Amino acid sequence: MKIINERTQAIIYGRQMKAVQRMLDFDYVSKREIPSVAAIVDPTREGFETAFFGSDEILIPVYRTIADAVNNHKNATVLINFASYRSAFETTKEALDADTLKIIAVIAEGIPERKERILGALARKKGKVIIGPATVGGIAAGRFRIGNAGGSIENIVASKLYRPGSVGLVTKSGGMLNEMFNMIARNANGINIGIAIGGDRFPGSHLVDHLMGFESDPEVKFHVVLGEVGGLEEYKIVDALKNGKIKKPLIAWVTGTCAKVFPSEVQFGHAGARAGAEKETADAKNNALREAGAIVPDSFDGLPEKIKEVYEKLKSKGEIPEIEEFVPPAVPMDFDKAVKNGIVRRHRQFITTISDDRGEEVKYAGIPLSEIIESGKGLGYVIGLLWLKKSLPDYASDFIELVLKIVADHGPCVSGAHNAIVASRAGKDLVSSVASGLLTIGPRFGGAIDGAGHYFKEAKDRGMSPAEFVAYMKNKGIPIPGIGHRVKSVRNPDKRVEMLKEYAKKHFPKTEYLDYALEVEKITTSKKENLILNVDGCTGVLLVDLMKSLGLSDKEINERIDAGLLNAFFVLGRTIGIIGHVVDQKLLKTKLYRTPYDDVLYKLPNKADL
Amino acid sequence: MAQRGIREYDAKRLLAKYIEKFSDGKFHYKGEVALITPDYSINDAAKDNPWIKEKPLVAKPDQLFGKRGKHNLVLLNADFETAKKWINERMHKRVCIGKAEGELTHFLVEPFVPHKQEYYVAIKTEEEGDRIYFSDEGGIEIEENWEKVKQFFVPILGSVSDVDFSGVEPLISDFIKALYKFFVDLDFTYLEINPFAITGGEVVPLDLVARLDDTAYFWNKDKWGDIEFPVPFGRNFTKEEQFIRELDEKTGASLKLTILNPEGRIWLMVAGGGASVIYADTVVDLGYGKDLANYGEYSGNPSEEETYLYAKTILDLMTRKKDPHGKILIIGGGIANFTDVAKTFKGIIRALKEYKDKLIENNVKIYVRRGGPNYREGLRMMRKLGKELGVPIEVYGPELPMTRVVTLALSGGSNENN
Repeated sequence: MKIINERTQAIIYGRQMKAVQRMLDFDYVSKREIPSVAAIVDPTREGFETAFFGSDEILIPVYRTIADAVNNHKNATVLINFASYRSAFETTKEALDADTLKIIAVIAEGIPERKERILGALARKKGKVIIGPATVGGIAAGRFRIGNAGGSIENIVASKLYRPGSVGLVTKSGGMLNEMFNMIARNANGINIGIAIGGDRFPGSHLVDHLMGFESDPEVKFHVVLGEVGGLEEYKIVDALKNGKIKKPLIAWVTGTCAKVFPSEVQFGHAGARAGAEKETADAKNNALREAGAIVPDSFDGLPEKIKEVYEKLKSKGEIPEIEEFVPPAVPMDFDKAVKNGIVRRHRQFITTISDDRGEEVKYAGIPLSEIIESGKGLGYVIGLLWLKKSLPDYASDFIELVLKIVADHGPCVSGAHNAIVASRAGKDLVSSVASGLLTIGPRFGGAIDGAGHYFKEAKDRGMSPAEFVAYMKNKGIPIPGIGHRVKSVRNPDKRVEMLKEYAKKHFPKTEYLDYALEVEKITTSKKENLILNVDGCTGVLLVDLMKSLGLSDKEINERIDAGLLNAFFVLGRTIGIIGHVVDQKLLKTKLYRTPYDDVLYKLPNKADL
Repeated sequence: MAQRGIREYDAKRLLAKYIEKFSDGKFHYKGEVALITPDYSINDAAKDNPWIKEKPLVAKPDQLFGKRGKHNLVLLNADFETAKKWINERMHKRVCIGKAEGELTHFLVEPFVPHKQEYYVAIKTEEEGDRIYFSDEGGIEIEENWEKVKQFFVPILGSVSDVDFSGVEPLISDFIKALYKFFVDLDFTYLEINPFAITGGEVVPLDLVARLDDTAYFWNKDKWGDIEFPVPFGRNFTKEEQFIRELDEKTGASLKLTILNPEGRIWLMVAGGGASVIYADTVVDLGYGKDLANYGEYSGNPSEEETYLYAKTILDLMTRKKDPHGKILIIGGGIANFTDVAKTFKGIIRALKEYKDKLIENNVKIYVRRGGPNYREGLRMMRKLGKELGVPIEVYGPELPMTRVVTLALSGGSNENN
């Protein structure tokens, strides 16, 4: 049995769900019976993750430590380490200590060379294989995929990676793996196994280490090597060729021959890709390989032909078996991708018309938040966008802020603040205490804004004269909402109402409902001094005037009144005060409130009367 | 990224700071060094370092090249005024060191120390461990006297305390051990002091070359302090190269440009680090190295705007001067893993459209080869563009070997109808 076979399972270090899904998709097209991912390690959170195995959704356990994952999954022989360059050393070392793990792929780029050398030496000492660091990994065709190696599933299928071919491939560069897979699939029968050892100067395993593995694998018929300028990797292959350890045909190319036309020392993308001495140049290495008996083309461009030649030659000698081809099952398309490509559609469960957080930044009624902030607009403007879907002129947005300031608080005795204080003193948290206060807002507390808006608007729209309206309400036995105050009167006017009226008269284009309400007030105050238009009433009619000024139709205004929007201004404003009271109580560390007995009139029925 | 050379000044500064610690107080080095730059004159340095006016001085360029003595670029045993004049005469002077030509901008100044014996020490990293070279006959003739150099090996999983230094005087071997610990702890990848002198506990490194592993920055930033990794001597960036370097630094993607021959006919714009080297190789391998204008790479999923700016820079460079044989632009790449090919082409197409007239004037022929996610759409966009622009564009996918477009381009041939 090969070390990597169709039952090989891996532990993934790092919650890399895309890589996990790609491995499982590879499993599916390769017709693996069991998923290649056994478990995930995430030091921050344990539990389960879900992923698709074909159309099936499977659960993958997540552990906090490598030790836990290893203990629960003794069958897993591979660890794919997605840890960052900062923690890859410690985690790889830990994995090397786990007896059941035989192969460790290290993806991180930028691990210091000393740490890499220690890992390499430890792996050799323990007889384990490190693939990487700084690699995408590799693929054992039809059996096992390391993480993201091989790219998209379309490429896996196009390069026939779902079933083993006859070529053993090893490269330094992970970026060139796909290209080589494609080249080998087009010019031979595809790879049997393909590994990128990574571009660092001291990789955990070497080109030659993998070639020795291919050499002893009867399914691999010939080798393809893609080396790179810098380092002495390729000379180990030269030695193995010279002393007969590599007997199968070997096609090789070392990239970086262009370095000689550069004006001074160049560091290509890979850390190891720098020729420190003549011996490390691509030309020197290509020549040494050629002299040792490797098949080396004149340029990379000659590689496909060499592969084809060797393949055809071995085939004509009968050394390459016929592969039983099959059509790999198609991986079901992910819903997100299908949506993106316009292939599927469905009814939405939710509709929103006010804000959108899907783009670069959130938009309120279509306007990006940064634009609102940068133009210096205030809170009133934001409320206009989110509650009325209107870009408010300054007078309107300032009016809303005026209303909020006016209703923000009215002392501790009103029902909202009182309830909040009682709840807070009972030890409830801020949100519960605030909610407890807010829940008292209704027809008798604060809620008169809605009622005033509703009744005054209806009366005026129906063409009732103020006198008719007062009579109508009296007949129905309903006190007019927004009329009357406990202490304020015509001669002792409410300062808040004065401010609202003054503002509206000065800034609103029209105040028809306020004017109507003031006519009504004249009639009611003639009956009783304190039947004035109170702050709720004034706010209610002015909000109607405001909506009218902003161009909302009567129907639109009525819908908003029915939805409770006018009251919302009170709810929002008073929340400020209630929060203040709750915080105040918490800081004062007040104790549980209990209404004293002498505040309660106890009048129970007599037992005999029951 | 990898091993990077540092200035002699920085290496000596680090040695002065740490040698005491790693030798348990046995060795000291005062670290009287100053770095003179265009913005920090020797007068400025004299204010910060009183010894400059008090001691005889050594001055030499500190720009990552060696053999300064042979190039007559070392001043020995000079007083302040002489050193000042010497540096002023050489500041901003262009010199040739081997193949590299560049401007002198950084000079090291330190006290001149008369000494009798010159030692040589170097530490190199190898896969299985670190190799220490030592000779008690150091100096410029070290290579001629290489047979006298002793070698010691510290296995990567081993310790320097277990190394047998017999044959080296105890004082010197103690210093080597301390130096080795310094080397390991600060993640050096190469350190050579040739020569150095020791009197009592006082170490005098006369000439020093060092490289650090810059990937270890995360662990060493405090120890290294304000370290600089200068570009190799002779790497003078053109305005365009500098622009791409700055673009590269600002993004998570990778954008690289090296101009090899601004009048070259063959221009490369290749996706992927591995592939970009191979395209340049192929041009050189086919014997057209002198016509190769640039080495160019974009990868790591650059944005449309970034690829646009990158492409624009190359198009601008390649259409400055006409060539009687016309020019070739190769937009190449291997098979991408997950990058959306069509998306990365959008920025390139925008730039090509902008340069339509110049491309026609310069008789530019374009060859495209790319594979990977959504490549068919990308190639379709390129073919369509060819028709719109009136510039010949040959477009290929993974069916054509990656570098075959280079052969096609150089022979002026086409494979498109095959």
